[in-house]
Amino acid sequence: MNNCTERLYNGIIKENPTFVLMLGMCPTLATTTSAINGLSMGLTTTVVLAASNALISCLRNIIPNKVRIPGYIVVIASLVTIVQLLLKAYLPAVDSALGLYIPLIVVNCIILGRAESYASKNGVLPSLFDGIGMGLGFTFGLTCIGIVREILGSGSIFNFRFWPQNFDTIAIFVMAPGAFFVLACLTALQNKFKMPSATNVTGPQMACGGNCASCQGSSCAANKGLFEAERAAAKAEKARKAKEAAAAKKAAAQAAAAKAVTEKKED
Amino acid sequence: MSDLLNVSSSPHVRSKDTTAGIMRDVCIALIPAAAFGVYNFGLRALITILVCVASCVLTEYLYEKGMKKKITIGDYSAVVTGMILAMNLPASVPVWLPIIGGVFAILIVKQLFGGLGQNFMNPALAGRCFLMISFAGRMTNFAVQKGSALMNGAMGIDGFSGATPLALVENTEAGKAAVTVAESGVDILQMFIGTTAGTIGETSVIALLIGAVYMLYKKVISPVIPCVYIVTTLVFVALFGGHIATGDLLPFLAAQLCGGGLVFGAFFMATDYVTSPITPKGQIVFGICLGLFTGIFRSFGPSAEGVSYAIILCNLLVPLIEKVTMPVPFGREGEKNGK
Repeated sequence: MNNCTERLYNGIIKENPTFVLMLGMCPTLATTTSAINGLSMGLTTTVVLAASNALISCLRNIIPNKVRIPGYIVVIASLVTIVQLLLKAYLPAVDSALGLYIPLIVVNCIILGRAESYASKNGVLPSLFDGIGMGLGFTFGLTCIGIVREILGSGSIFNFRFWPQNFDTIAIFVMAPGAFFVLACLTALQNKFKMPSATNVTGPQMACGGNCASCQGSSCAANKGLFEAERAAAKAEKARKAKEAAAAKKAAAQAAAAKAVTEKKED
Repeated sequence: MSDLLNVSSSPHVRSKDTTAGIMRDVCIALIPAAAFGVYNFGLRALITILVCVASCVLTEYLYEKGMKKKITIGDYSAVVTGMILAMNLPASVPVWLPIIGGVFAILIVKQLFGGLGQNFMNPALAGRCFLMISFAGRMTNFAVQKGSALMNGAMGIDGFSGATPLALVENTEAGKAAVTVAESGVDILQMFIGTTAGTIGETSVIALLIGAVYMLYKKVISPVIPCVYIVTTLVFVALFGGHIATGDLLPFLAAQLCGGGLVFGAFFMATDYVTSPITPKGQIVFGICLGLFTGIFRSFGPSAEGVSYAIILCNLLVPLIEKVTMPVPFGREGEKNGK
């Protein structure tokens, strides 16, 4: 079960589809005009993602490798159709708010990406949890963007208007350009505060701080020293490991030899 | 020894121009138009200009302070951005609106892309377009209330209300022939002097030309981009504006030239060093592109004005234009692509 919780953490935080992997940008930009829209889009995608991951994982040994992409698409498209009909029947408000973007879940690259990179290589239970984790991460990202856009563009949160009725709101934030601004700013914040994610890896600190705008061309010597030191350290580490491995091998050989000697003696 | 034989890499000849000096000249060149705007629209125009400049400079200072970068407010570039932004706003806007525009122009468009010299489009124009999309009603409200402008009484000028002259000239109803300039009730002389409705800085062509002549004299700008831009626009609207049939082509062209932000945009915004091509051929191509887009937006677009969108659109084309028009180095003329 540890594997499953790791999958959830991976999907929501470490490889968050919106802020880290930057996948599924079309629904991210188009459907986040309000928090409720973002949330419902995210949850709809989660359902499809979890079910498609589980199904494809079940079928991974049956689908021939050469036609796997059409196979995955058929599975995903069937699931999307089911979800769309269910939404039409039980949540018509969500269906009309999201409109075209529900059938477009078929071509959402998160779903195909997870099928290709995870579900087709792993067991059913981890794949299911991978789908749920990725879906919840997507929902989290979409809801965050939706909340910010709704506050700035409509002066409300979850359709509760807190801004006085006759005051202006910044209309650009409910339009497409606003989605780009909000996505960029939230991703920048995520990077700035070094959230634990796949892109925030620790490396050598460059002398210029990686700031190319203020580059005077003079920090490169210092950078070179830093990188060389790092490379030397890596080399030393490798050499130490090789030495250890060699020593272990030697010890094992000696032990084997000693064993052979004792066995011989016993004979 | 070192004075006699100085070994260094190029450039060896340096101009004495500084960023601060050039930006100060642009500020001086903007003063006639700003002064006329204050005279024309009253104290509110002055407040708008001051708020714009203050918010731009303060945003730049706070961002650079917060990010521990070199403080560059001394080079006047933020002042120029603030002034140009204010010139693009109607005098009737509330005080908070220029603040949002200034913060957006400096923070998002200029500083987040790396500061002066790195911005991919004109910050002031991007700020104006941001406000235009966000607060369309307030940005196209050119009515100045008579009581609100304290200086109006003393100056003997009544307040203006209603549409800009350009909107009147272009006011074509569907299925009808174009309105002639005479029918639209627009006075070309008034448009030239600038006592009409519009944004703070764009109305007075004569004040803008004084500033432009100053910049040309100081060699801050070259006349290539503005001239090509204006000529292309006029040719386009002459061909497609529908006024050849009505027989008042010349007054129509004069109204197109003096109306809206064409002169202001051509001399003060299209010539921005950062967002215009540096290659000589590229500047001509840039001017033609600007003129074509302005003509298209003015003749076929829903709004009467098209200068600001044309300029920021062409700002995005600048890297491509420079790539295509890169001059061939001396001595490599015969080789393919000059390489």
